[in-house]
Amino acid sequence: MDALMNGLEQLLAGNSIFTLQTLGYYGEGLVTTVQLVFLSLLIGLVLAIPLSIGRGAKRAWIRLPIFFFCYVFRGTPLLVQLYLIYYGVVFVDGIQDTWLWLILEKPFVPALVAFTLNTAAYTTEIFRGAIKSTPKGEIEAARAYGMSQRLMMRRIVMPSAFRRALPAYGNEVIFMLHASAIASVVTIMDLTGAARFVYARFYAPFDAFFFAAAIYLCLTFAILYFFRYLEKKLLAHLKPATG
Amino acid sequence: MIDLHGYGPRLLEGALVTIELAVLSLILAIFLGLLTASAKMSRSWLLHRVGTLYTTIIRGVPDLVLMMLLFFGGQIGINMITDWLYDQFNIDIFININEFVAGVFTIGLIFGAYMGETFRGAFLAVDSGQIEAGRAYGMTQSLVFRRIRFPLMMRHALPGLSNNWMVLLKTTALVSVIGLSDMVRVAAEASKATREPFTFMIIVGIVYLLIASVSEWGFARLQKHYDTGHAEAN
Repeated sequence: MDALMNGLEQLLAGNSIFTLQTLGYYGEGLVTTVQLVFLSLLIGLVLAIPLSIGRGAKRAWIRLPIFFFCYVFRGTPLLVQLYLIYYGVVFVDGIQDTWLWLILEKPFVPALVAFTLNTAAYTTEIFRGAIKSTPKGEIEAARAYGMSQRLMMRRIVMPSAFRRALPAYGNEVIFMLHASAIASVVTIMDLTGAARFVYARFYAPFDAFFFAAAIYLCLTFAILYFFRYLEKKLLAHLKPATG
Repeated sequence: MIDLHGYGPRLLEGALVTIELAVLSLILAIFLGLLTASAKMSRSWLLHRVGTLYTTIIRGVPDLVLMMLLFFGGQIGINMITDWLYDQFNIDIFININEFVAGVFTIGLIFGAYMGETFRGAFLAVDSGQIEAGRAYGMTQSLVFRRIRFPLMMRHALPGLSNNWMVLLKTTALVSVIGLSDMVRVAAEASKATREPFTFMIIVGIVYLLIASVSEWGFARLQKHYDTGHAEAN
């Protein structure tokens, strides 16, 4: 480890912007970005599963609120949602005196809530489309076996719907990674926040932002290849026959 | 009645800025998208590479980072060029990038990449027999493009185009971060000053939904226009 650090220090010698300290900022920013994106995607995914089933419910009082939620969160900019939740929480009278303030004081939680709700809305629509495109024959077969609605959902519809949703969900993950850059607007030191800090400190926009852009590009490609690998594994039966 | 604390007129101005920004960037994006699609479909190896590089990089980097890069970096870049012009040729010009221009350029540049993909797919979907027929009539290359390829391509491109437009519209909110007084920035300032974030942010959200609904209606009409002759097939 020490050898590595020494090597890095030698490599950076004579470089006034990319010192160990600024690289540290970028490193912390990367961790924050990954944490934020990963947590919001995970919670959003968990929320989206029941929502996507409810989105197709026959009862209007279940279906319509979910439709409205998706419509609003997909139709307005994430930045507006972030501002709404961030300022909405901060300006509640007396909140600063309660225990809640300990959690909400940092902008991380409001940002996480905004991102989670946003991705939940998009993911719900993705799953909804996948559930709707389940072949009719599979549903009839499940009914003919005497499966209940729940059992059919669990064993037949959801597993194949998840597979079909995979390519679209991969896009959503990349979209979320890119959208997370706006966390820096509410003073979170994510990757973009680190780049803004380095820019402001050294007045070197090209170095500061190109470096961040390169890291984002690598992350994007990593996600892309991960989903390609998953698709290759999980959707192998849908591949067109070769030879 | 909702009390806007006198921010009403400024919000309205902000909404106009948002719409202007969105429409101008859409025009730039369509132009760049057509160029990119042509480059990616061209036989030239170099043009193909450049087109692919452009779409890959733009689609791999967050909008906000690109916007800051172009806004903060663009001024320095332009100053470097004008300084060089002054040193070399004694030409004294001063170009100032304002937030609006930077916003239009970045959003146009970002969505040009997305449009390029949409247009490329749509161009490939045009029946080559139609183009041959046009040539057989003795039309020039540009006339074939104007009268045959473009209208036929638009039919396939419109769903993707309308999708890109909706995303573009929401992306315009980001210019508030680099300092342009669009709807979102006015609402954010008002929220901070009056401590009533819900009033302002919900109004802004509703305006976005309204613009989206109106443009959805517009795209449906356009689709009907470009579907002429295909309507029965569906």
